[in-house]
Amino acid sequence: MATATITDPMLPQPYSVRQVVKETADTFTLTLEPSNGAGGNRFQPGQFSMLWVFGVGELPISISGDPAERDRLVYTVRSVGQATHALVSRDVGGAVGVRGPFGTGWPVEKAEGRDVLVIAGGIGLAPLRPVIYEVLHNREKYGRLVVLYGARSPRDLLYRKELAAWARQRETQVLVTVDYGGLGWRGHVGVVTTLFKYARLQPARSLAFACGPEIMMRFVARDLETHGLARENIYLSMERNMKCGVGFCGHCQYGPHFICKDGPIFPYDRMRPLLEKYEL
Amino acid sequence: METLERIITEHPFFAGLESYYTNLLTGCASNVRFEKGTYIFKEGEEANEFYLIRAGKVALEIFAPQRKPIMLATLDEGEVLGWSWLLPPYQWRFHAHAIETVRAIALDGKCLRTKCEENHDLGYEILKRFAQIMEQRLEATRFQLLDVYAIGK
Repeated sequence: MATATITDPMLPQPYSVRQVVKETADTFTLTLEPSNGAGGNRFQPGQFSMLWVFGVGELPISISGDPAERDRLVYTVRSVGQATHALVSRDVGGAVGVRGPFGTGWPVEKAEGRDVLVIAGGIGLAPLRPVIYEVLHNREKYGRLVVLYGARSPRDLLYRKELAAWARQRETQVLVTVDYGGLGWRGHVGVVTTLFKYARLQPARSLAFACGPEIMMRFVARDLETHGLARENIYLSMERNMKCGVGFCGHCQYGPHFICKDGPIFPYDRMRPLLEKYEL
Repeated sequence: METLERIITEHPFFAGLESYYTNLLTGCASNVRFEKGTYIFKEGEEANEFYLIRAGKVALEIFAPQRKPIMLATLDEGEVLGWSWLLPPYQWRFHAHAIETVRAIALDGKCLRTKCEENHDLGYEILKRFAQIMEQRLEATRFQLLDVYAIGK
């Protein structure tokens, strides 16, 4: 009979909740730390974990923290169902099981020497935040950092203080827009693609990372192409119903790919034929 | 000192336009400024101009009964405001609200319509540029209508 080892990808590791921060009315950021006090949580920006809420269920959640902070794992979670609600309702000190990190990361090494274009929609900013940390920690390795962020309304914006802090960094441009602006809002109103014209893009020397609802990424990728970015320089974070996290179960199959193992990050030139297929 | 013709030439909306045409346009142009909080035009008013925004921010607003104004989009530096001057009945279809102090070049629509009728090459150039803006805004409106972030709301 096979026995589980510490490296078994199906075996959750015990973590406890260090902090819960309310970002918006329904979105929370959880900081977890290993219950056994061990450190060394290495992950690549863009990877995800499977989080067990014992007695309720398991969820695939992208890691949204700083890769340099190895004593913790940070996740931003939108409470939309029973399991996510149970997860964000954990008290400080509460137990959570963690499997992973899984999946491919954003190819930040390919962005070295180039401008980095980060395009996020809604909670899609969470899986991209580690890229922003990585670029800001290693500023000399990269060209301009351009963050374009769209949300439904001003009250749905994540990480508002950080957005303002990033905008103050050298060679960094942060533009935020909302689809529906209230009368008190004095920023941009319009979909995220309307920000491209303000971004001073240099397509030939840029690498773009986009994350958000799939239909938003389709619009974004198409517009980036119109602005002159090559398809192989546009990366998307795909999402399907991930269960095992390691390509065993097939729940997240998308055409010939398993999103959990082959992705979730894919170049647009590989995703484009699938994105245009009905009901896939 | 910047001349009107140079400002028009350098505005993204007229990028690449031949100097013969920018010279024709300059005859219909004037510098304008709108203080923060004022309305540049309102729905139903006669549409006799369009604006090349040089600085500031304009909100396009629409009113519905018993509701606060709805902000549909914002336009910033480098963008063009208004195409109702181009097509009958030449009336604005929404409000344009200067939410920051706006500096712009106003182009007289009546003057321009006359020049376009007299010179169809100029008319075609102008129409091509407005058609592109209309296409971009239609695409953005379709995207906005999808309300892609609304799952679970």
